[in-house]
Amino acid sequence: MRRARRARPLLAVAGAAAMTVAACAGCGASAGGSGGTTITMEANSVAGGTNGQEASWLTKDVIPGFEKEMKAKGQNVTVNFEGSGASGEDYANRLALDLKSGGGPDVFDLDGPYYGEFVQAGYLKPLSSVVGPAATSWSGWSQIPTSVQSITEYQGKQYGIPNGTDGRVLFYNKALFRQAGLPASWQPTSWADIISAAKRLKAKDPGIEALQIDGGAQMGEATTFQGVLPLLASAGQLVYNEKTGAWQGDTPAMQAVAGFYHTIYSTGLANSQLQLGANGRDQTLQLFAQGKVGIYLESDYLYESVINSDGLYPMQGGTKDVGWALIPAQSPGKGIRGQSFISMSGGSGQSLNPNTKHPKLAWDFLSYMNSQAALLQYEKIKAFLSANADVNKIALAKDPFLSFVASKVLPLTAYRPSLAIYPQVSVGIQQLAQNLATGKSPASALSTYQTTLEKLVGASHIAKS
Amino acid sequence: MVPAMALIGVFLVFPALWTLYLALTNYRLTGLSAAHPSFVGASNYSQAITGGDFAHSLVITLVYVFGSAAIGQCVLGFALAWKFREWRSRFRRVVEALVIVAWIIPSSVVAYLWIAYLQGSIGPLVESGTLDTVLGVHTNWLSQFPLLSLVIFNIWRGTAFSMLLFGAALQSIPPSYLEAAKLAGASGWQQLRDVVLPRTKGYVLTTLLLVSLWTFNDFTPYLLTGGGPSNQTEVLPVYVYQQAFQQGSLGYGAAISVVMLLINLLIALVYIRMLKERR
Repeated sequence: MRRARRARPLLAVAGAAAMTVAACAGCGASAGGSGGTTITMEANSVAGGTNGQEASWLTKDVIPGFEKEMKAKGQNVTVNFEGSGASGEDYANRLALDLKSGGGPDVFDLDGPYYGEFVQAGYLKPLSSVVGPAATSWSGWSQIPTSVQSITEYQGKQYGIPNGTDGRVLFYNKALFRQAGLPASWQPTSWADIISAAKRLKAKDPGIEALQIDGGAQMGEATTFQGVLPLLASAGQLVYNEKTGAWQGDTPAMQAVAGFYHTIYSTGLANSQLQLGANGRDQTLQLFAQGKVGIYLESDYLYESVINSDGLYPMQGGTKDVGWALIPAQSPGKGIRGQSFISMSGGSGQSLNPNTKHPKLAWDFLSYMNSQAALLQYEKIKAFLSANADVNKIALAKDPFLSFVASKVLPLTAYRPSLAIYPQVSVGIQQLAQNLATGKSPASALSTYQTTLEKLVGASHIAKS
Repeated sequence: MVPAMALIGVFLVFPALWTLYLALTNYRLTGLSAAHPSFVGASNYSQAITGGDFAHSLVITLVYVFGSAAIGQCVLGFALAWKFREWRSRFRRVVEALVIVAWIIPSSVVAYLWIAYLQGSIGPLVESGTLDTVLGVHTNWLSQFPLLSLVIFNIWRGTAFSMLLFGAALQSIPPSYLEAAKLAGASGWQQLRDVVLPRTKGYVLTTLLLVSLWTFNDFTPYLLTGGGPSNQTEVLPVYVYQQAFQQGSLGYGAAISVVMLLINLLIALVYIRMLKERR
């Protein structure tokens, strides 16, 4: 008793603090201090850090521009920018927790693969029901190709506006290639070509990483998306077949992929140490920028981080030595749809909080952000593959890499399944790749993967081997 | 009493009951079972017990607790306190202050320092950490000896606290006892065994209990290794975090939290038992 009584003032303070917090729970989207309205925009970007260009575009162009435009219409609007520099998974998980609690930002970035699971959980509502007809009749839709619109779609309904897309290629270091007597304009046509080039690079300079194909669970989605899925596509299969509804388990195509991983990691062409650390992807990008990686299967994230002068890891000695090539099929004609070259693409977009107190204003901001004028401002900060075809035509003409992706890669590309179960399958795939990279035999790694997959989707939804 | 009980109810009892409930469902962070979780009975628990991953994490956690808390922090902390007891007070205070610094720096800062110390500023094969430079070797400590690195890290991190507690305990022994023992010809070890330990066992066991429980629930390993490589440092708190928040399996995460709580209670019971018996 004595103890409880003594503790009472402390508890009272704690209680008061809790009430203060509770009273402020609705602060996110309430009236601003100057009598106007405040909405919140959240993005996984920080000025000078992760996706730094996006942060500076939002804070220097979009938000001031939008506030000015609204002021001209007689509305006093403040947009708060909440940036963060987390991993893609951590960002999405935190957003899920925010939305689940009924709070969260009014407008937010959300990567393509999350739409399905967020919709199923009830965290997102179709734009037509959050905003109304204004969202469906938006003039910007006509500039976004139908295939690209699918980034933010789920089961035929639109949940956001796609912002950008991308493509995967084999980046290579021309200086290392020259040193090893390999051609400066390199285009492998089979897996064997990749391996033989990597062997020559490693033989010439054992101190470099000859070939990096992501294979660590710590790499998260990068391992699935820049590793297993492109290889699987080049062996002729997508991880999920929409027609048959079947996932790739321990199938011939997956066995080929496992064999490739086993070969490159067991012969030292690829380095498993780089896959296991907490920041493997950034480390590999840094190594690439230092000219110590021969061939690296990556997306335009490498382009943004390494080739751009204001990227996180600008290429030492300039970008003239960075080459890129299409990802070849296992052998010519063996890729998906009978292609000889393949790629995988992802996309990002922005969506609205269904609980926003200002749906009209949030939509105005979202559509302003994705207007041609705003996207062209973004293109000035960093050249990127926007979802808007008109913007790409104007902005990418003078960029050799992005026009290569826009014209050569996008026609060959494929997208990931937008099913809610996909992220869990992806974790299984990451574990598969890591087991292979750390020396497990293809047979045992595949049998573990098959078991994981059976638990996730059920044996009846796995392709027969 | 009523407000106190209400607060305990709101902040302790309700979350605990809620966790017990979640552990019986397939609740997830996103997807269909986020909107409509269904009751799955004890299958989360049976998954934890039979799945292997939980047992793997438990073994790692026990090694981590035994190595860094029981052996490392407590034995080293006691040894330091015992040594320092004879030192002149000003010098002792300086050394104590330096050791305490290790304990008061925020975890995130410490993790950053240790990553720089063990693996250099950027990467395994690119640069050497301070330790490599000092030893003149080229080792990726956090990848090649992940658990050992964490154990040593945590010994460094927590010894100061044990040392302070033990130091206070040693102060409580009247100097005349030790002098009498010395005059009777007792060696240092005999003094420790027959005079010091019997009078400080309560402190020793309490410290051991606190430090073990803290270490058992310590999340700092995540900041250093993220649970990797290959789950080699996936102590239980990291395992819970990965299952519940990174993979979104809130139901399963709740179940393993409950098991963790039970293990915590068990550790506490064992210590309290020992404490009572010794008295």
